[in-house]
Amino acid sequence: MKLTREQVEHVARLARLELTEEEKDLFTGQLDGILAYVDKLNELDTAGIQPTSHAVPMENAFREDVVAPSIGLENALANAPDRSESFFRVPKVIE
Amino acid sequence: MELFELTIHELHELLKNREVSSVEATKSLLSRIEAVEGKVKSFITVTPEEALKNADEADRRIAAGEIDLLTGIPLALKDIFLTKGITTTCASRILSNFIPPYDATATERLKERGMVLLGKLNQDEFAMGSSTETSWFGKTRNPWNLDCIPGGSSGGSAAAVAARQATATLGTDTGGSIRQPAAHCGCVGLKPTYGRVSRYGVIAFASSLDQVGPLTRDVTDCAIMLGAVAGYDPKDSTSVDTPVPDYLKALTGDARGLRIGLPREYFIEGLDPDVKKAMDGAIATFRSLGAEFVEMSLPHTDYATAVYYLIATAEASSNLARYDGVRFGYRNQDARGLLDMYMVSRDEGFGAEVKRRIMLGTYALSSGYYDAYYLKAQKVRTLIMQDFIKAFESLDLILTPVAPTPAFRLGEKSDDPLQMYLSDIFTIPVNLAGTCGISVPAGFSADGRPIGLQLIGRHFGEETVLRAAHAFEQATEWHKKKAQIA
Repeated sequence: MKLTREQVEHVARLARLELTEEEKDLFTGQLDGILAYVDKLNELDTAGIQPTSHAVPMENAFREDVVAPSIGLENALANAPDRSESFFRVPKVIE
Repeated sequence: MELFELTIHELHELLKNREVSSVEATKSLLSRIEAVEGKVKSFITVTPEEALKNADEADRRIAAGEIDLLTGIPLALKDIFLTKGITTTCASRILSNFIPPYDATATERLKERGMVLLGKLNQDEFAMGSSTETSWFGKTRNPWNLDCIPGGSSGGSAAAVAARQATATLGTDTGGSIRQPAAHCGCVGLKPTYGRVSRYGVIAFASSLDQVGPLTRDVTDCAIMLGAVAGYDPKDSTSVDTPVPDYLKALTGDARGLRIGLPREYFIEGLDPDVKKAMDGAIATFRSLGAEFVEMSLPHTDYATAVYYLIATAEASSNLARYDGVRFGYRNQDARGLLDMYMVSRDEGFGAEVKRRIMLGTYALSSGYYDAYYLKAQKVRTLIMQDFIKAFESLDLILTPVAPTPAFRLGEKSDDPLQMYLSDIFTIPVNLAGTCGISVPAGFSADGRPIGLQLIGRHFGEETVLRAAHAFEQATEWHKKKAQIA
């Protein structure tokens, strides 16, 4: 076993996912299987190999800093699950 | 012949010569959708009013003498492309009520050319899947065999083309999500080079891999669609500022002298015999056209799926952090506080496959595991990329199957995520290397399921890929067969 149920609970908290008990059991087994599979990468010696984070060589993409129209307040708030005046409204943060 | 049967270039001729109107063509497609949608289920949203309005506008443009290859052509988009004012869900419950305030650049470019938008197509949730079975809105069927999956994640985009519910469609490809469904549904599907098409307004899955591309009835239509959406976009800093060639000019019908590689890692024991037979047939066709074959090796192929499922999930776990129930999307209304609201909204809003990938990606990026998993995967990605760069020093193209088998049955791999992931072994390396690849119809299994041939090109090698695919298409009849939906 590479992965315990406790680790699954920890990762779920990091990912902000309130998993059900059944999901925790299911994911523990399935993720453990996937991690065992990806372990094959350790067959390769990658000392001295540069990591690739981007598929096409690219420098920083600069542009002129000019003022342009944005989507506007009403558009930005149109999909809000809850709002109050010009704000997104959320449940209370401090218990 | 009914108007819904036509390709873009055929319909364009009729529109240009005023033999039919866009409104007539659009009505033909809408009635086709009505007739077969109950069986195929390609769409999440059909937009008949929008379509007829667009068609009317296109007819006015045509009457004024303004006609582009896409003016008045009825198209549909994967539900991952933002469409201003039209619900865009990414096939997820968490976005089931999301109405975008702006268009994706790809949407905008097609609109500028006068497309008719028929609706938004089904897919795997957040493009995570190979079968379109993870959609919150139900499963799409393969038009060639309704018991089989259409492939994924752009399953609706492929099925709609095969079922003649749209003249052409757009999809996205992160690990094979255009090419694999195109192969399973017997249409043409192109994943362009990373950076060739803007991703602005395309809902992100894995940002170092995602790319936009067309699914069409033939290679000519594919060239038309690519030409319409390709090109630099200041709103996507990963789009590359390289001139867009006239892809139609590349379709010369000539494959003489092309040097094509056959990587031995792709012609493995256990390849489905029907797929093997189709590849042998395709190689013989290319030989008769004057192409030359070279046996070669892409030695790190066997590691690509493992690399992909670490990099793609790590990037996804970061991209999907934005779905928190605050600014848009689904929110659980009974939560006791802010943290509880995030956690319950995300658990209820995402489906199982999406949660599984967020979990895997979060784990691979988490403290203590980053070097062992994420960094290791990025290093092996370099090796995979170098395999391709080295191969293209002496080759024009690489020929492989798109998928190891024809379309499998619904439910066959749903309970085994690893088996599902392995159905993309031949398409994933192209995304990791960032090059381009096309799927072209190349035969059928004994029981009538389509088989696709993949041609992989070098970075920004779309013209060579399209030229070879077109020459193959001209020499074969596979693309002319049509799915009989029963």
